Amino acid sequence: MTVKKKKRSYVRAAILLVMAGAIVFTIYNSFAGGKSELLQVGDEAPDFALVDLEGKKHQLSDYQGQGVFVNFWGTWCKPCEKEFPLMENQYQVYKDQGVQILAVNIAQSDYEVRQYAEQRDLTFPIVIDKTKSVMEAYNIRPLPTTLLVNPEGKITKIITGEMSEEDIASYMEEIKPE
Amino acid sequence: MENVQCQCGHTNPPGTKLCESCGRSLTEKDQNSKLVDMRYEGTARRSQTYNKSIIDKIWNFFSSVKVGVSIIVILLVAAAIGTILPQQAFVPASTEATIKAYYADTYGSVGRVYHALGFHDLYSSYWFITLVGMLAISLVIASLDRFVPLYKSLKNQRVLRHPSFMDKQRIYGSGAGSEDTLEKAETKLKELKYKVRTDKSGLLAEKGRFSRWGPYVNHIGLIIFLFGVMLRMMPGFYVDESLWLREGETRAIPEVPGYYLENKNFKLETYTGEGEDAKFGEAIDRVGTVVKNYQTDIVLYQEPEASLPGATDNLEVVQEYPIRVNQPLKFDGYAVYQMDYKLNELKAMTFALTNKETEESLGELTIDLINPDELYELETGSTVELLGYYPDFSGFEDGEPQTATPLPNNPGFLVELTTPETPEGETSFITIQNTVEPLGENQYKLTFQNADTRNVSGLTVRKDSTLPILGLGGLIFMIGVAQGMYFNHRRFWIQQKADGTLLLAGHTNKNWFGLKKDLDRVVESAKLPAYTDQQDEIDKKEKAEKEGESSS
Repeated sequence: MTVKKKKRSYVRAAILLVMAGAIVFTIYNSFAGGKSELLQVGDEAPDFALVDLEGKKHQLSDYQGQGVFVNFWGTWCKPCEKEFPLMENQYQVYKDQGVQILAVNIAQSDYEVRQYAEQRDLTFPIVIDKTKSVMEAYNIRPLPTTLLVNPEGKITKIITGEMSEEDIASYMEEIKPE
Repeated sequence: MENVQCQCGHTNPPGTKLCESCGRSLTEKDQNSKLVDMRYEGTARRSQTYNKSIIDKIWNFFSSVKVGVSIIVILLVAAAIGTILPQQAFVPASTEATIKAYYADTYGSVGRVYHALGFHDLYSSYWFITLVGMLAISLVIASLDRFVPLYKSLKNQRVLRHPSFMDKQRIYGSGAGSEDTLEKAETKLKELKYKVRTDKSGLLAEKGRFSRWGPYVNHIGLIIFLFGVMLRMMPGFYVDESLWLREGETRAIPEVPGYYLENKNFKLETYTGEGEDAKFGEAIDRVGTVVKNYQTDIVLYQEPEASLPGATDNLEVVQEYPIRVNQPLKFDGYAVYQMDYKLNELKAMTFALTNKETEESLGELTIDLINPDELYELETGSTVELLGYYPDFSGFEDGEPQTATPLPNNPGFLVELTTPETPEGETSFITIQNTVEPLGENQYKLTFQNADTRNVSGLTVRKDSTLPILGLGGLIFMIGVAQGMYFNHRRFWIQQKADGTLLLAGHTNKNWFGLKKDLDRVVESAKLPAYTDQQDEIDKKEKAEKEGESSS
């Protein structure tokens, strides 16, 4: 009888656990909005290939071994505009220490992007996501969004919103190869 | 609680009302009542028997029908409240902060509370999901707790029951019988498609036992349905995305990895009221224009395997298709619907370079607003250089022109005009119907000639892999309902005592009229004693008593 009771207890606990788990799982998913897996810190950064203003192809995986500072932006985005000179400053400091910036513009014309970059003397590579496919793959919603990719190709931080120069410096320090 | 020992010697689990073996009533209340309560065959609900550990207590809670019904009522009330103010999907705000502000601004403190409690997005609010989950738990546990004992009890039915079980059945009769009565009854019952078992001097005839499983089958259907709804929230099972696609644009389809759509052309056709459409003439006169067709001609592309996001120069054409209302593009489990449109967004603007005094034109240039060039050379040797382009000009900040969006809603151009007469160049800032000359008076200006426009298609991308699961759940639910509603579980017990007296009892879970009709045919052919419907007699008696009271 006691064996039977124990078994009964286990069965009941198992059924309750499974169903409670299903509820928690559903709530979790409903908060993720049912979108395809949102990228999370620790995930492998999805590889992509985009062309910069000089016609040079930049593939994320080519920068394996370097830290990559991936910044999504648009010319109409005010915080992006404030960030750019700060990013340029830090780029000058960290580019020789193995940190790369890839500024991904969202589907604007070559003219607008080139003119914008020239006006601000930006020297880091700026690529244009013409079909918004990289934006889709990274599930980018607000601009600016910045992802820090470490030398192993893993995402170490996702920043939405404006960054200060100190922030940018510390982020670059974080993904700098040793 | 302890096991219950019946007079017949059988040991019953605690909480049992009718002895599992002989059918005697085990509680005092049941012993004193005129009829037995046949629900769940008088078996004990399993959870009532134990209530020791915390797990047993939780189990017992969910096993209660009262709890289940309460959850349903709460869900109904919550869903009703959710219809009082609009859900967030129908509110003119898109980000979390603006939605919150919208409820507060529009509906005051009521709106604030409504939003705080999650009523604005009811089906995604954690407590609503939790309640639905608790309902699912209740369905599973309440069913298990009742189905298992009922199944065992019906499976292990004895043919011979104690006379006290028989005379407390609603259909009961007793009287003298002849030797061949049982045999004749058995033959007739078999003819009526009853399954008959005999034991010594008695028989049990049974029909339609499976109808007792109806409620449990129906609950399985509900659980499958809820499982399908749960999958909907998982990535990849359910997609409902909208996409604004401008003519000439190629874009990655949201939530559909590897596929791209190009909008070749959007058209909106109306009935002319002439020729074939003459029959619509009256309606057109009455309401103005009547739309005949909304159509987006698209090209569907797929990226080659192992290609990377962004590398879109080698896309492969999958198909070209005109998407119309109710004629979606279908591919790979997805459907793309025509949902909305915007007509005449600016696409290109044509200007003439003219001398302000003489109004003489040095030629025309067209600026593509989607992909502008830097330098425009005119035949006369003049040039127009684009120094800056602001597609949605919104004013100056620190002397810099700003753009509010990337869309050419209000294009602004900073241009340098160079002509043989003005080789140094003149700078001018042009917006629609306005020219500013920031560096002093110019001799030349750009005069607006005309504009090209393009249309925008509003498309919706849908996929629902849970539909087959929801359909299956619904089907099983309906099978359960039919099983329980349209079939009856009918039983007759007949036994003959040593002195030749016949006892006769009948039970059904519903449709007593049908049961009596069956029994009448058996009584007729087998010469069984007359039976009475004891419930009817109780009812009659109560009625008579009531009438007696009111007349006195």
